Amino acid sequence: MSSKIKEYPGTGLRESDFREKKVLFTEWKPNARYAWDAGIAIGRYLAELKEGRILGVRCRQCRRTVVPPRLFCEWCFRPMDEWVHLQDHGVVNTFSLCYVRWDMERIAEPLIPAVIEIAGASPGIGIMHLLGEVDPQKVEMGMKVQAVWKPAAERVGAITDIRYFRPMKS
Amino acid sequence: MGWRKVAVVGAGMTKFVRRAQETGKELAFEAAKMALDSCELTLDDVDGVALGSAPDAFDGVHMKGEYLTDGAGAWRKPFMRSYVGGGTGVFAPIQGWYHVASGLFDVCLVVCEEKMSSCQPHPQGAFLTIFDHTTERPLGPNLLWIFALEMNRYMQRYGLQKKDIALVSVKNKRNAADHPCALLADPNITVEDVLQSEVLAWPVQRLDVSPVTDGAVALVLASENVAKRVTDKPVWIKGVGWSLDSAYWTNRDLYYPKYVEYAARMAYEMAGIREPRKEIHIAEPYDPFDYKELHHLEGLLLADKGEAPRLTAEGVTARTGNMPVCPSGGLLGVGNPIAAAGLMKVAELFWQLRGEAGKRQVPGKPITGLAQAWGDLMQVGTVIILGIGG
Repeated sequence: MSSKIKEYPGTGLRESDFREKKVLFTEWKPNARYAWDAGIAIGRYLAELKEGRILGVRCRQCRRTVVPPRLFCEWCFRPMDEWVHLQDHGVVNTFSLCYVRWDMERIAEPLIPAVIEIAGASPGIGIMHLLGEVDPQKVEMGMKVQAVWKPAAERVGAITDIRYFRPMKS
Repeated sequence: MGWRKVAVVGAGMTKFVRRAQETGKELAFEAAKMALDSCELTLDDVDGVALGSAPDAFDGVHMKGEYLTDGAGAWRKPFMRSYVGGGTGVFAPIQGWYHVASGLFDVCLVVCEEKMSSCQPHPQGAFLTIFDHTTERPLGPNLLWIFALEMNRYMQRYGLQKKDIALVSVKNKRNAADHPCALLADPNITVEDVLQSEVLAWPVQRLDVSPVTDGAVALVLASENVAKRVTDKPVWIKGVGWSLDSAYWTNRDLYYPKYVEYAARMAYEMAGIREPRKEIHIAEPYDPFDYKELHHLEGLLLADKGEAPRLTAEGVTARTGNMPVCPSGGLLGVGNPIAAAGLMKVAELFWQLRGEAGKRQVPGKPITGLAQAWGDLMQVGTVIILGIGG
């Protein structure tokens, strides 16, 4: 703000003004529903998850094997060349111990989201998932983790067919 | 070069508040009118309007850009809304720049408005939809996840401690004590306060983050012939740059924002800057989280990789240091109304370079400054360089 200007517009309200309805407002609750097509590449990814396998895809030009799979290489801008079955384990690239939900409500036991580099994909190529069956304070980067699958009969073709990843037993 | 010189000739902003009584349209009007008044222009002088605002989901108003037009001074004028997530606040003046640089307009009003408080119970709900609907959203993510994942990766890569990073929050919240529009100023805050604040998503704690905010900022951009008529102190836009990385964010190493480097290199080349650390006198990198200021200083080539925390600890980035960083107080101190927060940084450079920043004025008569914003899925860098003289 310029030192030449002495008056600043903008009226701050307190949370209590709102809660106690000291100010006027209108409320609305949208009922928004969507059905998203999985698409060609992710459709196949989901179908393979249902079978208990993680699918990647390879570009022969840049020689990357990536996951989640995609129909085209965004680097080379050409169709991908081959589907590749990856391992259902990998290493923790990074993680967080999250004590809040999406609506900022607090939770006592942290969720542990992580980026997991999947074995069989190119170095540094990972997916986002959750870690489980682990002491939150003992999670570290570089830790080897293994997918914990839902039983075959419960799998529906979704990323949640993997419940979470847990530390690998050596 | 194939473009005309463009100057910033006026600026205005509202207070940044947690919840404003004003509507978005009213906030936009207040900032835009102040910007025009500051350079004694009227709406008749404005050829077109470039507006920046974050997702419609915050406001629950579809086509929010169109809704805001009347308050943004766009009645019966060429109007353009641009949006690249948190990067919008520096992206919008870039749109304004090429409207004038191209010769299409002589005067372009740039308005950034954000009213995040409308979304209940918390705008986090609106942020959910940035994650991939099939491969990520079923895991129940929230926006803090990606910041925490990136921050942790950055810390691990360089062996940083939370206390190294908390210094940024302390610096910016203290700087904001001199900003009359600031929401989060605290002249007495200490590193201990940050380290003892609630853990939200480790390593992110409450005082590492700037919360949701309402507010608006506006700039007036003008061609050289207009600028020289309306002011003795035009502040020139010397360079602009922007770059977007892949949305496959789990396929990139988050420790370094390569896309910010690309954006910065584009802007430095345009501005003829070869040695940014000597030639940039003030930096306003995007700081929605304290580690982001450090991450961005490195991406902007203003610090060696992993060295930004040391510069902070040594006071180099203090308002009186050799390279003042976020002398405004930044998002951590002034507040974080997404698009408006980015444009606030550009406005701060305008006031600093004209010597009008009052108690926030950095010493040494700076002549060149850089502002940067960032956003989407750890994905976009937007950079603008302003300078006086030349």
